[in-house]
Amino acid sequence: MDKTVNQKAWFLVLPVFLVVAFSAVLPLMTVVNYSMQDTFGNNQFFWNGVGWFKELLDPSTDLGGRFLASLGRNLFFSLVILAIEVPLGIVVALSMPREGWTVAACLIILALPLLIPWNVVGTIWQIFGRPDIGLLGYVLNAIGIDYNYVSNEVDAWVTVIVMDVWHWTSLVALLCYAGLKSIPDAYYQAAQIDGASRWAVFKAIQLPKMNRVLLIAVLLRFMDSFMIYTEPFVVTGGGPGNSTTFVSIELVKIALGQFDLGKAAALSLVYNLIILIVCWIFYTVMTNAGVERKVQTESEPAAEPKPSAALKPVPALKPKEGVA
Amino acid sequence: MARIDLVDLAHSYGGNDAPQESFALKPVTMTWRQGGAYALLGPSGCGKTTLLNVISGIITPSRGKILFDGKDITPLSTQKRNIAQVFQFPVIYDTMTVGQNLAFPLKNRGVPKADIDRRVAEIGRLLDLEPYLNRKATRLTADAKQKISLGRGLVRSDVAAVLFDEPLTVIDPELKWQLRSKLKALHRELDLTMIYVTHDQTEALTFADTVVVMHDGRVVQSGTPAELFDKPAHTFVGYFIGSPGMNILPAEVRGREALIDGHVIALNRSYDNLPAGAKIEIGVRPEFVEVVAPAPGLLTARIERIDDLGRIRFARTRLGDAKLAARAPAGFTSSDGSAGLKFDPSHVHVYADSLLVEGAA
Repeated sequence: MDKTVNQKAWFLVLPVFLVVAFSAVLPLMTVVNYSMQDTFGNNQFFWNGVGWFKELLDPSTDLGGRFLASLGRNLFFSLVILAIEVPLGIVVALSMPREGWTVAACLIILALPLLIPWNVVGTIWQIFGRPDIGLLGYVLNAIGIDYNYVSNEVDAWVTVIVMDVWHWTSLVALLCYAGLKSIPDAYYQAAQIDGASRWAVFKAIQLPKMNRVLLIAVLLRFMDSFMIYTEPFVVTGGGPGNSTTFVSIELVKIALGQFDLGKAAALSLVYNLIILIVCWIFYTVMTNAGVERKVQTESEPAAEPKPSAALKPVPALKPKEGVA
Repeated sequence: MARIDLVDLAHSYGGNDAPQESFALKPVTMTWRQGGAYALLGPSGCGKTTLLNVISGIITPSRGKILFDGKDITPLSTQKRNIAQVFQFPVIYDTMTVGQNLAFPLKNRGVPKADIDRRVAEIGRLLDLEPYLNRKATRLTADAKQKISLGRGLVRSDVAAVLFDEPLTVIDPELKWQLRSKLKALHRELDLTMIYVTHDQTEALTFADTVVVMHDGRVVQSGTPAELFDKPAHTFVGYFIGSPGMNILPAEVRGREALIDGHVIALNRSYDNLPAGAKIEIGVRPEFVEVVAPAPGLLTARIERIDDLGRIRFARTRLGDAKLAARAPAGFTSSDGSAGLKFDPSHVHVYADSLLVEGAA
């Protein structure tokens, strides 16, 4: 591949660079600036070096304790919803019709939760789950289950998780459905001929063909759930106690509740860094999978160890009749 | 291993109430004998894939029955029918090795491991896939992939028939030739009934002992390649088989003579009882018409061009509105572009409404 090298092309990037600089880099620099300082209001700042960062990573301090606890809760939350939403999304996608008007109906119904704004979702579940007037909460209590997400930590967690599953499983299902639709009919027909069971079809055809979209689904759901703020904030406000306080909720408490700009800045930088690193890992994994695929198609002749052997008929089987 | 009978079988994608002219597969009754090598030949859209899918059970026919060894299997699903099918495009289970791919149909049917291994090794050997058996089935060339698909079709020794749906479409011409010869050899070796769908007459004629020609949803003729060549039962067969195809000319036929433009062409048999009002044509293969210098008593045609095919030359001529191809003997040239036509009477056939008429001796 011969590419023309023309360094002047960098000028084309300049406008974007300027926009990004003003919209992202400069604000980020103020955050970096804050994270190194302490303030007691009145626009008076004192140099604190890496003090906040040290505190942040030390569980014995107040800041570190709160950060690490919320980080742990957040990771647990992400793992739980991934463990539920990914298999559930696959099951939903598999049970969707492949053709006919029901396809459109299913797609619309599935897309509905995705179209609802975050804090509306939160409000829906906040009311839905209330033991006094909420349908869910009232019914649960009426049949003898003592359910109250305001006072019981487990109930709060269950509510937040069920809400996220309700809100986002559709995304996984839609992605998987797109992956499934791209499988040519011939594969299913061949599997029928080969006598494959439903499970064998899933394992040999559907899952391998879905793995790309599944990676994307896992990435999107992980990032999103790791940054979750609005819904649990609206439903539980991080409570009861701190039991559903995730990193972003903690961050807002520190930044806007206590107005500890330095601590909040340090926390957001570390938070940001974690997200970037996870993103990068996912990206690398995904592009590696892509590269492997590309190598497959590009190096086909080279991939054959003994091409000539594969092409030549076995002498004993050489057809006797010549060209007809 | 079975004889396959089709009894008044038909299929319409529009349901049974649709007019019969719109049926993808018009009613057909025929028998495929066990161990035969069949080719299902016809142009795209003539219903050959439909027929194949009906036999394999991917499509349930809207009418008629399919019998395997006399047993009605029409309502059975593909899995329950004892049949293998290879598709136009290779289907590879790419999380498995080549060997596992070959073993898949056996494993799904609960065949004991020792038998699977033996059978996979045998098919691997026959298809020259031995060096790859333990490799992942990805990163293979198209022909290697299609060989795996073929292997999966051939791996079960007890199948009633192996159906091939234009399996060599994606293969380069050179390899195509080799794979086809290999299939033919496998047919002899494995004693399986094979039905091979194709729109390529060379492929059909080289592979099969019996060629079934389909046209517009109908089976128009089934016979050996020689029969199809020498005695096409339908003008379509004459035109479709052979290159160039058979010449079909409107003519007036009386007794042992055909009249074209007032010229008499001798016929070997006598045709006295032709159906009244039918469209009468004569058909003759280009191989059996010779262009010679114009002479009285010979039909005269205008030569448009002469195609040199290497071992034979064909003159493309025009006879009034009709086109006609004829053999041009070595050394033949025409000064003014006109030529006389010499017919070989034993190879001139008479068709009434496109169907072959057997004359009286």
